[in-house]
Amino acid sequence: MDTVLEIKDLTVSFDGFKAVNDVSTAVKKGDIHFFIGPNGAGKTTLLDAICGRVKPAAGSIFFKDCGDVTKLAEHEIVERGIGRKFQVPSVFNSITVFENMELAAEKKRTIFSTLFSKLSQEQMERIEYVLNIIGLYEKRFEKPAALSHGEKQWLEIGMLFVQQPEIMLLDEPVAGMGRKETDKTGELLKEIAKDCSVVVVEHDMDFVRDFASTVTVLHEGTLLVEGDMEEVQKDPRVIEVYLGRGGE
Amino acid sequence: MLEIVAKIKEYFLKRNAVISIIFVLLCLAPLFLSDFRINLLGKFVAFAILALGIDLIWGYTGILSLGHGVFFGLGAYCMAMYLKLESSAGKVPDFMSWSGLEVMPWFWKPFASAPFALTMAILIPVLLAMIIGYLTFKNRIRGVYFTILTQALSIIFVVLFIGQQAYTGGTNGITNFKTILGFSLSDPATKLSLYYIAVLLLLAAYVFCKLIIDRRIGRVLVAIRDGENRIRFSGYNPTVYKVFVYAISAGLAGLAGAVYVPQVGIISPAEMGIIPSIEMVSWVAIGGRGTLTGAIIGAVLVNSLKSVVSESFPDIWSYFIGITFIVIVIFMPSGLVGIYQQIKKVWRNSLLLKRKEAAMKH
Repeated sequence: MDTVLEIKDLTVSFDGFKAVNDVSTAVKKGDIHFFIGPNGAGKTTLLDAICGRVKPAAGSIFFKDCGDVTKLAEHEIVERGIGRKFQVPSVFNSITVFENMELAAEKKRTIFSTLFSKLSQEQMERIEYVLNIIGLYEKRFEKPAALSHGEKQWLEIGMLFVQQPEIMLLDEPVAGMGRKETDKTGELLKEIAKDCSVVVVEHDMDFVRDFASTVTVLHEGTLLVEGDMEEVQKDPRVIEVYLGRGGE
Repeated sequence: MLEIVAKIKEYFLKRNAVISIIFVLLCLAPLFLSDFRINLLGKFVAFAILALGIDLIWGYTGILSLGHGVFFGLGAYCMAMYLKLESSAGKVPDFMSWSGLEVMPWFWKPFASAPFALTMAILIPVLLAMIIGYLTFKNRIRGVYFTILTQALSIIFVVLFIGQQAYTGGTNGITNFKTILGFSLSDPATKLSLYYIAVLLLLAAYVFCKLIIDRRIGRVLVAIRDGENRIRFSGYNPTVYKVFVYAISAGLAGLAGAVYVPQVGIISPAEMGIIPSIEMVSWVAIGGRGTLTGAIIGAVLVNSLKSVVSESFPDIWSYFIGITFIVIVIFMPSGLVGIYQQIKKVWRNSLLLKRKEAAMKH
């Protein structure tokens, strides 16, 4: 399979503390790629570095044929096709679900086009298509304040999906969800992975087991093991630092 | 033909009922009020233009500026320079010669033209806001830090204008105007015309703001308020939008200043200070932020209340205003318009309930 994203010797440090230390890995096209590891392993920081929220001290991140994206501003990285979802659901509460999707769907994002352009038929259809996938079509004219926690998470994932990114970065998308909602989210990710690669940071091991195609284990900022779930689970180092603790 | 009439009816009576009533009232006001009151109301109409701008940046985009007095003042001074030059009939304005200045400063000269002065009244605030906005928003200075910065801006300009007495008239400001475009400012007909021009400009400003918030850009502004990070990672550059909305609201404040001066007849650095700037924000808070009608109602109502109360209780009027402000902010965070909307909701629900009950009986 083709590589979409390649991380090379990436180091991110905060005042000398290396949150991510010399990590190299790659995300393949159409993969659901999980980053797991104990607290402080550097998972979220890794996502932050990919989407431009923090600037790495060393190393580079190559995306498709766009070259190194670490020099770009956040919104430029989004334009290249990298979408990012944060841990806490963040959607726009004072506009409707549909309008939330509309803001994400429109590719022209200058002042001029937000003043004068309207959505094309194609974009409308895409929004409706995504609203159906995330199960919020019926609620499209409601404001997100009326949605449940899970629905807000799906809305935000939908907002990423409607941007048509090549890769989607999700930070603990099932945190705070029940079993049923978690499974539904997993199915949603599978559906999304048909069109784009998905990178997930997650703690819920059942969720990882059920939906991961590749798993990368991080520990104290360094890459420990990478492979499919079975390989990773058997690895003695992983059992020691992560799975061995607390019963999982 | 009938269809068009029906559409117009629908537009003005149903969807924009409140704002239509406001403008009809403003237009009819001269029939009921004395010249003195109309002059006051004209001043409040100027304030309403400014309130629209503050609502755009604070109500919609969530950026609190406590330095809008500066933009208002700059607009007012541009207009005052024109009025002063016209009144001085080609000579050096009186306050300059009192300060020992015998030659007119170069930057005063073009203000002898009214169109130039009016353009500058809007353009200078816009440019200043663009520069300050770009430097602060680009460096992600937000929230209370931005607010403090705008207060500093206000102090700087007050000190600057007081200090440069020869050019600005110092603490006294610029006053003693006689004519505008050749019409005497003391003539009631001129005053009435100025009032209607103010109302017309308010309408134009309202339509302009409505245009912005009804487009997708309006949703982007609200999205910046609700989740700046989310909109950034949806591919928008918030800096550009924040600079845009700051510049627009500064431009409206400048226009308001230019409308204010010929009606009031004086502008001084006191109007640019921190206290007037905070007052401006309180109009929007009381009227209802995040609704354009709220901003207009707030500006007109609060100032009317202020003048009525200050006439009746000259000693303690400021306490009234303070208490009103506190009560409204604590108990009605969405302002007067918010209360109106809540009442409408309750009323509608009770109507529905009655209809249901009636249907059950049958």
